[in-house]
Amino acid sequence: MHNFIFGIYPYIALAVLLVGSVARYERDPFTWKSSSSQLLRRRQLILGSVLFHVGVLVIFFGHFFGLLTPLWLIELFGISHGAKQVLAVAVGGVAGIMALTGGIILIQRRLADPRIRATSSTMDIVILSLLLAQLALGLLTILVSLQHLDGEEMVRFMHWAQGIFTFDPNAARYTEGASIIFQLHIFLGLTIFVLFPFSRLVHMLSAPVRYLWRPGYQIVRSRRTEALPQHAGPVTPSRAGRAPLTRKPAE
Amino acid sequence: MRIRAQIGMVLNLDKCIGCHTCSVTCKNVWTSRDGVEYAWFNNVETKPGTGYPTDWENQKRWNGGWERTKSGKLQPKQGAKWRILANIFANPDLPEIDDYYEPFDFDYDHLKSAPEMEAFPTARPRSKITGQRMEKIEKGPNWDEILGGEFSKRSQDYNFEGVQKQIYGEYENTFMMYLPRLCEHCLNPACAASCPSGAIYKREEDGIVLIDQEKCRGWRMCVSGCPYKKVYYNWSTGKSEKCTLCYPRIESGNPTVCSETCVGRIRYIGVMLYDADKIEEAANAAATTDLYDAQLGVFLDPNDPVIIETARADGIPEDWIKAAQQSPIWKMAMEWKVAFPLHPEYRTLPMVWYIPPLSPIQNAAEAGAIGMDGAMPDVRNLRIPLKYLANMLTAGDEAPVAQALERMLAMRAYMRAKTIDGVIDEGIAARVGLSGRVIEDMYKIMALADYEDRFVIPTTHREQVEEAYDLRGGCGFTDGNGCSTGISKGSLFGGSKKPLRMPEEIRK
Repeated sequence: MHNFIFGIYPYIALAVLLVGSVARYERDPFTWKSSSSQLLRRRQLILGSVLFHVGVLVIFFGHFFGLLTPLWLIELFGISHGAKQVLAVAVGGVAGIMALTGGIILIQRRLADPRIRATSSTMDIVILSLLLAQLALGLLTILVSLQHLDGEEMVRFMHWAQGIFTFDPNAARYTEGASIIFQLHIFLGLTIFVLFPFSRLVHMLSAPVRYLWRPGYQIVRSRRTEALPQHAGPVTPSRAGRAPLTRKPAE
Repeated sequence: MRIRAQIGMVLNLDKCIGCHTCSVTCKNVWTSRDGVEYAWFNNVETKPGTGYPTDWENQKRWNGGWERTKSGKLQPKQGAKWRILANIFANPDLPEIDDYYEPFDFDYDHLKSAPEMEAFPTARPRSKITGQRMEKIEKGPNWDEILGGEFSKRSQDYNFEGVQKQIYGEYENTFMMYLPRLCEHCLNPACAASCPSGAIYKREEDGIVLIDQEKCRGWRMCVSGCPYKKVYYNWSTGKSEKCTLCYPRIESGNPTVCSETCVGRIRYIGVMLYDADKIEEAANAAATTDLYDAQLGVFLDPNDPVIIETARADGIPEDWIKAAQQSPIWKMAMEWKVAFPLHPEYRTLPMVWYIPPLSPIQNAAEAGAIGMDGAMPDVRNLRIPLKYLANMLTAGDEAPVAQALERMLAMRAYMRAKTIDGVIDEGIAARVGLSGRVIEDMYKIMALADYEDRFVIPTTHREQVEEAYDLRGGCGFTDGNGCSTGISKGSLFGGSKKPLRMPEEIRK
């Protein structure tokens, strides 16, 4: 069972995440959206959404780099495992509390506001609840981590995560004996991966950062298949484009 | 110079009777769906009034349109690109649905299904969002129609800027006009510029601004970016929607639904040629009062042989050049200068223009109540203050609006002299800088307004870019993914299914 959850389930989750997202993007692009409910109720959203998103983004990148940075690279920089753990606990703790606070504001709004409740899908509520549970579990892991500050447990999770991505058949062994809170946190995280393509979470894949580099502001679309010839030089209209405005002299 | 063609529209407010036929036919065709009940791609407002959504013209509040920064750069008023992205989690400039109104329906069924009872059954309102009872409707799409409500409310109207407005609250001095509004299909659209996904685009062949529904992610920056508040967020699909200028009709040479059904025949549709390379410079004019003139400078004379030659080289079809030469928009905006852009100070270079309305004068003038300027009443004494119209149409510059009103009055005087007195009075025409021949053309197009004169719309040349033979047997225009008919029960990825009843196998 342990081997299934930490050795096989990750592959199932990643496969569903990948294939599901591609299928949705390809087959049903109309449903690919952020599902913002700000129009219906502004109250609570501004604070809740900003806290939640900023917190979750910090946590996401923290996990991404924290788990997947090769160990030799960390050693190259001379960062001790203990220092890395303290950093992770501090940054993750602050971001986690931000995200959890924002998330609670958002779920309160989603469940209690009649407009938002009426326009929520079951998946909207399920996914937000799971994210909140995941955030709570994540914050609880800090309590476990604080009991041993040498960072060795963290290294085991790094071995596990990198083992999954390097197709190490014994990856599941690294998580053996880890605290049940950590194990639940990982299991729930993988489950969120499974649900990802079927929920509104897909909007994070289309985070519009390219906007910053988009040349100019305007977009023109054309059905033309061949480029137009360039004019040799500047063109001067032979007549004035417009007659001057006749204004009455002031009386 | 890059010559492009744009389908433009002019609305003759002098003839609008405020019947809302445009709004209703538009709604029936485009927005009678879940999530956009509150959205009116076309609406008619009574002015003075705060309009729909409330106070939309006040860009200090909504930050729509463009601004010229201190360093002389043109950028969306809601912020540069990084600023827009920073607001993506919660858009501080986004209106709430209550700024439009909470959509509602009535329990009509109760009228016929109610049991026998003492009181007459009524149809009470119900929210279209929550389905719950609404005890009191506090707002609608046309809440301040015909000066409804107290003066203190409607005097919040942004166009009163610089007008001593108190006296217009008095019954004797009150005034009103109608303002039908739709998407302006701007030359410099702020919605497209604000869209982080790049889903909003302008069509090269006709200038229609559209939202790619499959590319829209619902970041809702276009809603706040549009200063006219003519992009609407569909709260059911999570995508933004806007007026399409009925492009399937335009492509086949037909006028939009709002124009086709206009009983007052106030709407004109035609082609304008413009220089795409001059847009940014024009939109970035230093003074807001220069923007109207700057936009005139972007348009190109379709009768100029050099322009015709360049237009051909730029791929403008021959019949589009011909349509541009006969365009009623060109005549009203450029030759007669009676039509104006709505709020040019938003710097979007809008392409739906308006002829300002005359207001009652003749009787008062005869009674000696207002000043006469020769044979014609002085337009500065019209009931609708000139400054009010100028604030709406020329960023506050009264001279062009005054000239337009004078020309319209001259048209009346000239035609009255011709048909009643049997006199051709070239003097009237000359006083407003026109000739009798031009005034008779104005009369034909603006007063008689035949269908063919109002709508000069060339068809789109899809045959030049598509192989119709290869398209045969295709799936046509579907609202879903390609050829799927969308009849499978439920979708893995969300999205509602219509309760379409399909025949099923009978099991014994």
